[in-house]
Amino acid sequence: MTDTTLQAAPTVRDETPVRTPMREMWRQFRAHKGGVAGLAVFIFIVLAVYVGPYIHTVAPNAINIRDKNQGPSFAHPFGTDNLGKDMLAQVLAGGRISLAVGFAAMLLALFLGTLVGVLSGYFRRADGPLMRLTDLFLALPLLPLLLVILMLFRDTLRSAFGPETGIFILIVFVIGITSWMHTARIVRGDVLAVKSQEFIVAAKSSGMREHRIIIRHILPNVLSSIMVSATLGIAAAIITESALSFLGLGFPSDFPTWGRLLYDGANFLQLTPSRVLWPGLAISLTVLSVNYMGDAIRDALDPRTLKR
Amino acid sequence: MKKLKILLAGAAAIVAVSSSLAHAERGADGELKILFWQAVSTMNPFLSAGTKEVYASSMVIEPLARYDEKGELVPWLATEIPTIENGGFAEDMLSMTWKLKPDLKWSDGTDFTADDVVFTWKYCTAPDGGCAQRAQYEGVKNVEAVDPHTVKVTFEDPKPYPYSAFVGAQSPIIQAAQFKDCLGTKAPGCTDANFKPVGTGPFVVKDFKPNDVITFEANPNYREADKPAFASVTLKGGGDAASAARAVLETGEYDYAWNAQVEPEVLETMLAAGKGRLEISFGTQVERINLNFTNPDPSLGDKRSTVEAGPHPSLSDPAVRRALSLAIDRDIIIEAGYGQSGKPTCNIVPAPENVASTKNDEWCLKQDIEAANKLLDEAGWMPGPDGIRQKDGVRLSYLFQTSTNSVRQATQELVKAMWAEIGVDAELRNASASVFFGGDPASPDTFQKFYADVEMYTNNFDGTDPEKYLAEWLCDKMPSPANGWQGQNIPRYCNPDYDKLVGELSKTADLEKRAELSKQLNDMLTEEGAHIPLVHRGDQSSFALSLDGIKMNSWDSQVWNIADWHRKK
Repeated sequence: MTDTTLQAAPTVRDETPVRTPMREMWRQFRAHKGGVAGLAVFIFIVLAVYVGPYIHTVAPNAINIRDKNQGPSFAHPFGTDNLGKDMLAQVLAGGRISLAVGFAAMLLALFLGTLVGVLSGYFRRADGPLMRLTDLFLALPLLPLLLVILMLFRDTLRSAFGPETGIFILIVFVIGITSWMHTARIVRGDVLAVKSQEFIVAAKSSGMREHRIIIRHILPNVLSSIMVSATLGIAAAIITESALSFLGLGFPSDFPTWGRLLYDGANFLQLTPSRVLWPGLAISLTVLSVNYMGDAIRDALDPRTLKR
Repeated sequence: MKKLKILLAGAAAIVAVSSSLAHAERGADGELKILFWQAVSTMNPFLSAGTKEVYASSMVIEPLARYDEKGELVPWLATEIPTIENGGFAEDMLSMTWKLKPDLKWSDGTDFTADDVVFTWKYCTAPDGGCAQRAQYEGVKNVEAVDPHTVKVTFEDPKPYPYSAFVGAQSPIIQAAQFKDCLGTKAPGCTDANFKPVGTGPFVVKDFKPNDVITFEANPNYREADKPAFASVTLKGGGDAASAARAVLETGEYDYAWNAQVEPEVLETMLAAGKGRLEISFGTQVERINLNFTNPDPSLGDKRSTVEAGPHPSLSDPAVRRALSLAIDRDIIIEAGYGQSGKPTCNIVPAPENVASTKNDEWCLKQDIEAANKLLDEAGWMPGPDGIRQKDGVRLSYLFQTSTNSVRQATQELVKAMWAEIGVDAELRNASASVFFGGDPASPDTFQKFYADVEMYTNNFDGTDPEKYLAEWLCDKMPSPANGWQGQNIPRYCNPDYDKLVGELSKTADLEKRAELSKQLNDMLTEEGAHIPLVHRGDQSSFALSLDGIKMNSWDSQVWNIADWHRKK
């Protein structure tokens, strides 16, 4: 009871700006024009992908061979492919999968990379083994590894979760586990640089616990590079997924994703350019908007800009 | 003096004009540029059975006889085809005698003799040699040189159809002098011989970069003085089917690109550029869907898709197999993926004409959803709450696998939609062609292991006689762990009557009788639903408009008559 009143009090007085951290961050974020534009585009894409199918109700897998290779029309705003499937419906359906895969894989890679990077940067004794592990993963040839993982787990996951969810888990896991190494290296470098600064020494000598130092002082200072990794990671994950699907290691072929639509459309570039244009545009816009958002978030989170 | 000069110049001009009119001079047409979108790794077809290696090497080394564009045998380095009528093939079917053309020379100027032919047999059958074309010499007991221009081949058992050793692009003659130290395990080590074989063909290898570029030049000792018309050939490897076709048809950078396996509408946009043309020939390739007679359930572990796993829970029902076939509209599949290079078929042996059956065309070639539904209703497969038919807890839902290729994926989707109309569900899966056809016994995704309910791919048989091919569906040819998954009976079909009929075929010499038996065997497979034949596929290659003299051949190498190729004047 007391809690609510205590917290309610400041918000009431908040007509004049009061500097709560969240508000301050939002203010900083808004100051970054590109970030705001990126956020708007990103929200638009997410909304389109998740709400769009309720407005444009054509099934993405409905084949109508008589209507193949059509240009944009009222019935098919993005045209149709060589089997007569509606491209708009496919781009929307593909977006849901691509975005989900991209984000989930990015988060996994980011978590692993940050964990390994901070640990090896901060604790000197862990540095050697962890960095050698990173080298090991960097040296692993991706494709044979994927083949082995797929061979070992595909049927088990398929029977446990069904073909689609099973493959989703597998792909997210595979992309995440094979793309955290660069983040780890960058984070380690940054941690090493931050660690030697006076405020860390001060925090240490004041008797602060190690994990508190990492969370309160180290992480905010290396957040900028993590954010950059994250934005690059989404793009890489979307592209890797499409490469996997192309090799037949990913989702079933009648399961549209942006990358697969792009690959499938490449041969038809002259005939129906929209087959390449829309999925390509969707991937680029997503990556670009996420990049700008990352840029803005980094500015907003940077302790040095906060002081201003 | 001046007069003499004019006279000479005039004479030179006359010579130049006359030669260009007749274009009957070796090397008059300059360079020929070829693009293979799969690169060539060796010029020795005995070390790699890949089509690209066989085709590239067929410009250099030649067989005694080969198949022409109609699938008929023509003598090549031999003077005639040995038959029982001309006495070349013994009445007891145990031996045959080849007469070699006289005065044949290797490209290094030495004589081509019967010893080279004998050596070729020894080379490919040497112990531990790993010869890729060994099957061509199956049943051959001995090969001997009777005199420098006569070769006698003897067989272990009577061979009703003896034309496989030394016949066709897969069984060319190599020079004994060049390969004499390359027998058995030493074969792959002879890099120089394998990359630059001495041959009797119209071209010789000048430079060989494995998996990249090969340059050829005209063979100075070729048996026809005015051929080949091209002085040199550049064969570039790599890329993909679409870009290779584009390089010939649209940009005109190359004269000939092999295997234009691209969607028909894409080829049409390329053809609109007016730089090239497509040539199509039909051999024996059939795209088919195999139906698994055994149970591929993953929970069976190592036993899955073998006889020990037991019959398939739903595909072992003949009504289901028939209904799956009835539901398919082949015309739509061809329209979407094959265009001119595909014909609907219900046969696994679609050619040559005398062995192609028409018995099942009536019911099988046309889509009949109604009949398929009726068949399933009568067999007790009733639609469940999700629209998928089921009986006793078994759903008609199939894992459908094939290799990665945009045409195949499109076909998969079409078939899935057609099957959905009769209440059958399909889960699509595709594996990279190098894995799917790779034959690695450790991989679960090979077409031999068939860890799926249905699978689709193309297969064909060499030459024009289907006996060996039809023997692939014998009971004991099933792939299983016991034989390292090497069998060719992929659907795991087993019928004692079929086995008996194949035995009869192997003892029949009369060609008409053989054709009749082949048709019966082919019909049996279609009627019992060992597979669903979909498309009789043609070979389709792109050529520059300026190129003439081409005879597309599906029975032998596509460059079998490259000596006759020339530029249009």
